[in-house]
Amino acid sequence: MTSLLETRQLSKSFGALVVTSDVDFRLETGARHALIGPNGAGKTTLINLITGRLQPSRGNILIAGEDVTSTSQAARVKRGLGRTFQINMLFRELTVLENVVMTVSEHRGRAGDMFRYAFSRRDIVAEAYELLERLRLGEDALRKVREIAYGRQRLVEIAIALALKPKVLLLDEPAAGVPSAESQLILDVMAELPPDIAVLIIEHDMDLVMRFAQRITVLVQGAVLTEGTPAEVMADPRVREVYLGEHHHG
Amino acid sequence: MSQILPAIVSILFHGVAYAMILYVVSVGLSVTMGLMGFANLAHGVFAMFGGYITVNLMNDYGVPFLPALVVAVVVVAAASVVLERLLYAKLYNAGEIEQVLFTIGLIFMSIAVTKFLWGPSPQHLTLPDSLKGEIQILGRSFPTYRAFIIVLGCVIAFSLWAAIERTRFGARIRASVDNRRMAKSVGINTDRLFSLSFALGSGLAALGGGVGAEILAIHPAYAIEHLVYFLIVVSVGGMGSIRGPFLAALLLGVSDTACKYLFPEIGAFFIYVALFAALLWRPAGLFGRA
Amino acid sequence: MVLPLPLTRSKPTAESPVEFMARSHRLRWYELLPWVVAAGAFLVYPSYLALGAQVMIMVLFALSLDLIMGYAGIVTLGHAAFFGVGAYTAGLLAVHGWGEPISALFVSAAVAGVVGAISGYIVLRTTGLTLLMLTLAVVSMLNEAANKAGSITGGADGLQGITLQPLLGLFRFDLYGRVAYIYCALVLFAVWLLVRLLVHSPFGRSLTGVRENLVRMHAIGAPVHRRMVTAYAIGAALAGIAGALQAQTTQFVALNVMSFDLSGAVLIMLILGGVGRLYGAFLGAPLYMVAQDMLSRLDPVYWFFWIGLLLVMVVMFARGGVLGVGDVIWHRLKK
Repeated sequence: MTSLLETRQLSKSFGALVVTSDVDFRLETGARHALIGPNGAGKTTLINLITGRLQPSRGNILIAGEDVTSTSQAARVKRGLGRTFQINMLFRELTVLENVVMTVSEHRGRAGDMFRYAFSRRDIVAEAYELLERLRLGEDALRKVREIAYGRQRLVEIAIALALKPKVLLLDEPAAGVPSAESQLILDVMAELPPDIAVLIIEHDMDLVMRFAQRITVLVQGAVLTEGTPAEVMADPRVREVYLGEHHHG
Repeated sequence: MSQILPAIVSILFHGVAYAMILYVVSVGLSVTMGLMGFANLAHGVFAMFGGYITVNLMNDYGVPFLPALVVAVVVVAAASVVLERLLYAKLYNAGEIEQVLFTIGLIFMSIAVTKFLWGPSPQHLTLPDSLKGEIQILGRSFPTYRAFIIVLGCVIAFSLWAAIERTRFGARIRASVDNRRMAKSVGINTDRLFSLSFALGSGLAALGGGVGAEILAIHPAYAIEHLVYFLIVVSVGGMGSIRGPFLAALLLGVSDTACKYLFPEIGAFFIYVALFAALLWRPAGLFGRA
Repeated sequence: MVLPLPLTRSKPTAESPVEFMARSHRLRWYELLPWVVAAGAFLVYPSYLALGAQVMIMVLFALSLDLIMGYAGIVTLGHAAFFGVGAYTAGLLAVHGWGEPISALFVSAAVAGVVGAISGYIVLRTTGLTLLMLTLAVVSMLNEAANKAGSITGGADGLQGITLQPLLGLFRFDLYGRVAYIYCALVLFAVWLLVRLLVHSPFGRSLTGVRENLVRMHAIGAPVHRRMVTAYAIGAALAGIAGALQAQTTQFVALNVMSFDLSGAVLIMLILGGVGRLYGAFLGAPLYMVAQDMLSRLDPVYWFFWIGLLLVMVVMFARGGVLGVGDVIWHRLKK
């Protein structure tokens, strides 16, 4: 069976510095997969390689069995790849609704249209607004992104990714920097993600990982240390040593 | 054959001298761009003032060439620090549009100021006797002045390289070019670093303006007229590098001289076509770090 | 009065956001002010119509730059290249017997647009200082070409001998510049309608996205380079129309239509009025031309200094230009 997402011997180096080395990795339909590892393990780099923001030095990336290694970011988005960023990458001066409308227009292939007003497409605006309501962002729809609370900005990140109706969703520390009082909102949203899409999440919060993930991959110094169910990974002494040890006193 | 070889040697010689001036003037811009991310279109203004001060001290006050150069470099470097602290520093985090317009404003003002102080016509550098005439190299004669420029350019390039690669100051610059936030967080005083490197860059530009006054004539529109060439050196060389602009300047200086000598009518086009091709091939510059 | 569009709403109302957005692009009364002024000036200052036409040409030119720089965020030092291409195209057409003005405008726009698309395809692969350099290189190269091709363009003496047929075959271009004024006003009006539609279209909004956050645009699958080249080419075509109007109404094309000076001037106009606001051009271009006129009369040799100083002052103290400052004052008053 072909996986939704697959990497083969994916490697990346900057000069002599190897940041990703021979990563073989698969995501199946409906996967809830966590990528963990100490700081600087190359987790975000891996996501950037998968989405095409970075070009690998070696290896291949396949989406639904098709090799996309040398295609543009846009081409991969079209094949069903959506992502969020660890640090907000939003249109801060635009309203929350516009952020999502822009994405929906892009997804529908209508964003290049020139001879009609963007917001007269009620169907597109309505789709964006419904998504915002689903993520409990309805009240903020007409406020500028930079004016809303940080935790809610993180939700906008997710909203944009979901507006692309991805088959594979890559979440880069969705709860990073969010006060714990607000992080419940993000957990709720994650629990309601469409069941058939494959989700890869980078997360430091082990409680969140254990609640969400069915499988875990541990990345250390750019290479896969081990992969398995949460129970298997937790029982692995090497994981305790390199990751949990560091994490607990860090 | 007897015709071609002297022509090639002559082109190379004049081209390299021209390249050295381009390099000395532009290298500071590369540092400003790489270090502060500041699109300082007014960089040529510092070179122009260096040229004016040098020529003026020599012609009107009888100051010898070398002391005049030193005064020009010091005055321009000092003035540039004042400008940097008072104005430039306020725009480090501003958008590119603001930086561009601000520096265009400075260029306009400099045009008026130089016209006011020294009039609209180009200034002529009176070379000291020691640099007049010709010297014999391998049985051929070359203008001493240009030979001097080539030697000076190489010395400066080597010293800069050594300063950046071998001193603490250089290490700080390299660290800040790579990652400004990181550099700040490990305790590098980036404000002072910026001021110092800005002064160094402007001082070098003033030197280039003064020494090169015979090659790039000093007149009020200097900063605009040569802007493209300064920018080419930096862009093709790659931002924030010392070696890159040197190689880029050599390439530009020699090929420009060759084109203008061999095809005076359409020479300029070759340069532009080559430029577009080069940057289409490698948008981040030919000699920058990958 | 957030120009051009108020898309934010601070207090919740009964109206659904979808409906609120759907009527956000409707025409507002203040958007018609420039046209009231243009019509008023025609009646009140009949002896300044030539200057008025010149102002409108510059408004059109600055408007074309706003699309590229204000919306797509592409900073260029070479926008005069397209103004020049348009001017020479219209001028050469007229000199060689194509005296019909309106079709010549379209041809000029097309030629400038093609030059914009080709050069944009190359230069927009770069960013920052390299992009600035390449845009400047394009204008220098074309200037050099026009200079060297003196037998065709008139070189440094300028292109002379432009004669036009009457507008629509009915209205002769008169000595007082009445027809030229109305002609420029109508062309500017049409271009304004087009640009207004463009910046509010999905395409225009996506340009704003490119300006605001390039990384995000890539991540939502936008063909960023293609969008930027398209915007650049459209801006170039519109600048070409401005250049063509200039050639037609002054019956002369000077070599300096393709220069850093003009590229710089149009940048200044836009920043004086306000960048990325659609109406910055309407304020900035007249303001600049009046300032230039006054300064060059007060101080014919050193007026450059004052323009430079003005520019530095605007950047240091009045970012956003007249409209930006107006916005701030408006918001203060509301509080």
